[in-house]
Amino acid sequence: MKAAIILFPGSNREGDAFRAISAACGEPIIVWHGQTELPAGTDLVVLPGGFSYGDYLRCGAIAARAPIMEAVRDHAVRGGLVLGICNGLQILVESGLLPGVLMRNARMRFVCRMQHLKVERTDTPFTSQYEQGQVIKVAIAHGEGNYEADSETIARLEGAGRVAFRYCDSRGVVGGAANPNGSTNDIAGIYSENFNVLGLMPHPENLIDPLVGGTDGRGLFESLAAFGKAA
Amino acid sequence: MKARVFVTLKNGILDPQGKAIEGALKSLDFKGIESVRQGKIFEIELAGADRAGAEHLLREACEKLLANQVVEDFQVEIL
Repeated sequence: MKAAIILFPGSNREGDAFRAISAACGEPIIVWHGQTELPAGTDLVVLPGGFSYGDYLRCGAIAARAPIMEAVRDHAVRGGLVLGICNGLQILVESGLLPGVLMRNARMRFVCRMQHLKVERTDTPFTSQYEQGQVIKVAIAHGEGNYEADSETIARLEGAGRVAFRYCDSRGVVGGAANPNGSTNDIAGIYSENFNVLGLMPHPENLIDPLVGGTDGRGLFESLAAFGKAA
Repeated sequence: MKARVFVTLKNGILDPQGKAIEGALKSLDFKGIESVRQGKIFEIELAGADRAGAEHLLREACEKLLANQVVEDFQVEIL
């Protein structure tokens, strides 16, 4: 699995993504956003978390128009894998690669804490190493994670099973106080139509080492590695 | 030539910042305020004097970058 991590001015989780991918899939290449081409043979593009362009204008808006994003779009259209984490998801919706928008958290606070998620399906390149309905504990850290889209789009996502993860409590109960940001239908991550693009607000890349609170994030990177081997 | 671009949230989109400002104004005892919605203004200087061309250019700029039309409307005003 040949992975490229795109570095934007203001990205700050590229190191975490680098470690998580190195451990499961082999060492990725860091690609500066001003480039116009991905390294030859790139299988997976990662848009890491952070505050690209200081969240100016709208979160992810300026990064979504960076030179490299044309190549990322072409890669996605060809069926290549794209993983957007946190600010990476915000960039994906701003670039139109995923639908909807991330609004300010409903309670106006930046939330930084551990969060349980329910894995909605396991037949995708990103989740094969999890169990259907498995509850995992990962970190969240965002001020704009409130996923919104018009009701037609939400119905389309739900109908096609394109919700990847939902916020839940430790027993797997979705909704209510377990939703940290007011996100519609407790959506924490969504897939593209062909399930080759995944964007999620939580940080699985931070939960790969027992030293820092758990290893529930490993499954995602191990799934990518397994997908790469099978391909 | 100067222009202003207004970008505002569409009706029905939750605006927690506007709500917080509304609450603050009410707590300062400003009477008669029913609701507050927050938006953005861009003040833009343009070369040339072609008003129609400027408007066309700025509308395109809004569609491409300044507004996210999933949740925002925009308005262009040539001054």
